[in-house]
Amino acid sequence: MKIAIVVFPGSNCDRDISWAIKNISGKKPDYLWHKEKNFTNYDLIILPGGFSYGDYLRCGAIGSHSPIMNEIKKRSQKGTKIIGICNGFQILTESKMLPGSLLKNENLKFICKKIFLKVKNNNTFFSKKYKLNEIINIPIAHMEGRYYCSKETLKELESNGQIIFQYCNDNGSIKNNYNPNGSIMNIAGIINLKGNVLGMMPHPERCSEEILGGENGIKFFRSIFESIN
Amino acid sequence: MDKLNNLKELLNIHNLNNNEYKKITEILKREPNLLELGIYSVMWSEHCSYKSSKKWLKQLPTKSKIVICGPGENAGIIDIGDNDSIVFKIESHNHPSYLEPFQGAATGVGGILRDIFTMGARPIAILDSLRFGEIKQKKQKYLLSGVVSGISNYGNCMGIPTVGGECYFNEDYNKNILVNAMAVGVAKRNKLFFSKAAGIGNPVIYVGAKTGKDGIHGATMASAEFDDNSKQKKPTVQVGDPFTEKLVMEACIELMQTNMIVAIQDMGAAGLTCSSFEMAAKGNCGIELNINKIPLREKDMSPYEIMLSESQERMLIILKKGCEKKAKKIFDKWDLDMSVIGKITNSKKMIIKKDNSVIADIPIALTEKKTPEYKRPWVKPKKVKNIKKFSFPKKKQIKEVIFELLKSPNLTSKKWIWEQYDHMVMCDTIKPPGYGAAVIRVHGTKKSLAITTDCNSNYCKYDPFIGTIHAVSEARRNIISTGANPLAITNNLNFGNPEDKNIMGEFVMSVKGMINSCKKYSLPVISGNVSFYNETNKIGISPTPVIGMVGLIKNTNSINKKNLLKENDQIYLIGKKTNNISCSSFLERIISKNKKNLGPPPPINYNEEIKNGNFILNLFKNNLIKCCNDVSSGGTIISLLKMLINKEFGADVEESFVNNSTNDEKFYKILFGEDAGNYIVITNNEEKVKILAKKNKVSLFKIGITKRNYLNINNQIIKLNELKNNFENNFFDYINN
Repeated sequence: MKIAIVVFPGSNCDRDISWAIKNISGKKPDYLWHKEKNFTNYDLIILPGGFSYGDYLRCGAIGSHSPIMNEIKKRSQKGTKIIGICNGFQILTESKMLPGSLLKNENLKFICKKIFLKVKNNNTFFSKKYKLNEIINIPIAHMEGRYYCSKETLKELESNGQIIFQYCNDNGSIKNNYNPNGSIMNIAGIINLKGNVLGMMPHPERCSEEILGGENGIKFFRSIFESIN
Repeated sequence: MDKLNNLKELLNIHNLNNNEYKKITEILKREPNLLELGIYSVMWSEHCSYKSSKKWLKQLPTKSKIVICGPGENAGIIDIGDNDSIVFKIESHNHPSYLEPFQGAATGVGGILRDIFTMGARPIAILDSLRFGEIKQKKQKYLLSGVVSGISNYGNCMGIPTVGGECYFNEDYNKNILVNAMAVGVAKRNKLFFSKAAGIGNPVIYVGAKTGKDGIHGATMASAEFDDNSKQKKPTVQVGDPFTEKLVMEACIELMQTNMIVAIQDMGAAGLTCSSFEMAAKGNCGIELNINKIPLREKDMSPYEIMLSESQERMLIILKKGCEKKAKKIFDKWDLDMSVIGKITNSKKMIIKKDNSVIADIPIALTEKKTPEYKRPWVKPKKVKNIKKFSFPKKKQIKEVIFELLKSPNLTSKKWIWEQYDHMVMCDTIKPPGYGAAVIRVHGTKKSLAITTDCNSNYCKYDPFIGTIHAVSEARRNIISTGANPLAITNNLNFGNPEDKNIMGEFVMSVKGMINSCKKYSLPVISGNVSFYNETNKIGISPTPVIGMVGLIKNTNSINKKNLLKENDQIYLIGKKTNNISCSSFLERIISKNKKNLGPPPPINYNEEIKNGNFILNLFKNNLIKCCNDVSSGGTIISLLKMLINKEFGADVEESFVNNSTNDEKFYKILFGEDAGNYIVITNNEEKVKILAKKNKVSLFKIGITKRNYLNINNQIIKLNELKNNFENNFFDYINN
């Protein structure tokens, strides 16, 4: 099982993900500096949260043009699994590895709080340890997390089962009231058609320890470990 | 060197008086040129020189067995065992935040973070103590929104959690808001860095953002009061770039892993001038700078502008000779500018050169020695009169009273603020913002830190001496309520114009209060900041000595997370039933329509404070506490509700707790009095708690038991939902209307 976490200038959840993975699997992942172009094969590459290049353009826009991203695109086409969390998700949409885009939250403010998610598809590498429709309590922390895409894309996402996580309340009701940022259809996480690239706004690494207030993220990481072992 | 024209006007612009100018000519043995005058003006500004406060600050207790470094460096350092140390400090950015709230607050955070990582520590937490005017004013909402976005923008981008602080509204701050930012970092004890320059010939390197024309004379601006034309001072506010600071921080921490650094200092107030001067002064050596080598943002900058610029995200480092190339490699990796701008000399002078000719020549030791230190006249503030008799509401009006208090912007939930701060990044936040102290794990260790800021502005307004003792005592109670042992404090003393003997009197009494209480509690003061001239058109703020405190939990696993509240858990008041309504939130909000005099703050009884505090820690040790809070603003009921609503619980308050008081007055005094030294604990083992209390001679009273869905006092039932909606939404309503 070989996992790498990409470090862009301005990444700030790189250490957190490494910590969570080390705690759960016992093995510390590698870090990949954004300027690297040649690196060994990995089963999984994670694009962490943060503010890559300060996010002074659109979030993730400069990150998507980083030297390492060309190589990551190539690897994803060959089947390497890729996860983008928060800023990582923004980089994945900006680099067109995932459809749609992430706009400024409806209230135009940064939002950091725990919300509820419903697992809408558990037949993926990234969610297989969850039950279908399982409700999980998990933190979000972003300013630009409002997922948006065209009607056609939305239809495709739905019919192909590409919507993995949706915002809901503690009873699993997916209504607008329980949508923290104004995402279309309460979307919080999607995968590509091939099923090897996942992007999500919530932070599973922040709820993988009881002392931090929850362990709902552990199944997320276990799903992946099982998939790549 | 050029002669100065129109001296009077120049001195005025530079905020220097005739005596100070005379001193400069004595030191230099000639008249200064404009650059030198500018350098002296910032170094001798109140903000940088502490010339009005030094005399008093010297008396603070700053030493103890655990203090590695007290005041004087960029931040103070405490030993927490196992080669771990913590570094912390609080600093104000009041004046700039009023002029430009977003950038003012953002750069306040940036500045305090640099102070922390300069010492070799990775910052792990930010707290912000904020004061605004009346929340109903449009201007205040604008300032609040701007300040909160500024803090959020900077801290979030840096990836350092903003975990706490306080926010208080009062008309006394209508024209002068306060923004005090505190940061805490962790370092290995044997990997600390200081600013003392050494090694003749060692290169002085400049790292980070380029120097621009922003923030010129920022320190001087922050050392003068405002008037109607203060808007014109906006260009003196710096502009922050958290992304660059993140890179500077990572690069410096990487460089610190090598053995190349002799000394390091951030360029904060007064920029390159103060940082280079201080480094040389501490090392008792000389420093020579080449102005042509400073990386500039704009081409046409004069040496005066370059030396006085307060552009952010810049560091000054003394390297070991010969390490330049290796160091540059690290900064290249992070795409940062690094420039060798000078060297350490044995001249004991600060020499600045441009195109190889000397443009400033300042003797360092003599300047240090002759830095003005004033014995400002002061008078003891008058004691305020006790409040007159007044009639209390009826007992059956308790529901309205509670809702009215929860409506106070000072008591209601500040979720609107802290949900804009990333308070979870770094995966160590054990107790998030909400109430009381935050708890942050020291990464990769068993240890955790409890961190808080505190100051009850009303108490300090009516009695700066007792008010400051309250601030220290309450901060200490916040820390103890998490199960942590209080370690040390930092302080941010916000006052009006020290040249006014009444305000100087408030300051002196406040410092005396801090000295008195810190000695009693054996708490060293390891860092701090003084902000004077918080004043507009001759009207100053209330004295606001903000206390930042850090405590240690040795074994994080002892904080029993799974020990969740259940129905019928027992709630106890540790301490005495309250009887003092003077200066309380109840009095301010419910009774006193005319707020001219709220009366003196409640007295402090150190013995009770210490005894009760020790008892709480003892209960934690015996695993008898499920949840704890101290009694502060709003009294027992508001303090209880703050902890319960958070956990989705209500309570049944026993009649015996309030009912041996048959009259209304006693009833309200017990529920809303603010006598010092009290705690509320929730336990599921009241018998053991009572036995321990008896053994320790601590008095305690049963308040009642926890209930799932309601609060019941005196047979008045309030649904939890109603309480929760009020508590959590009031603040949003203030902002949106």
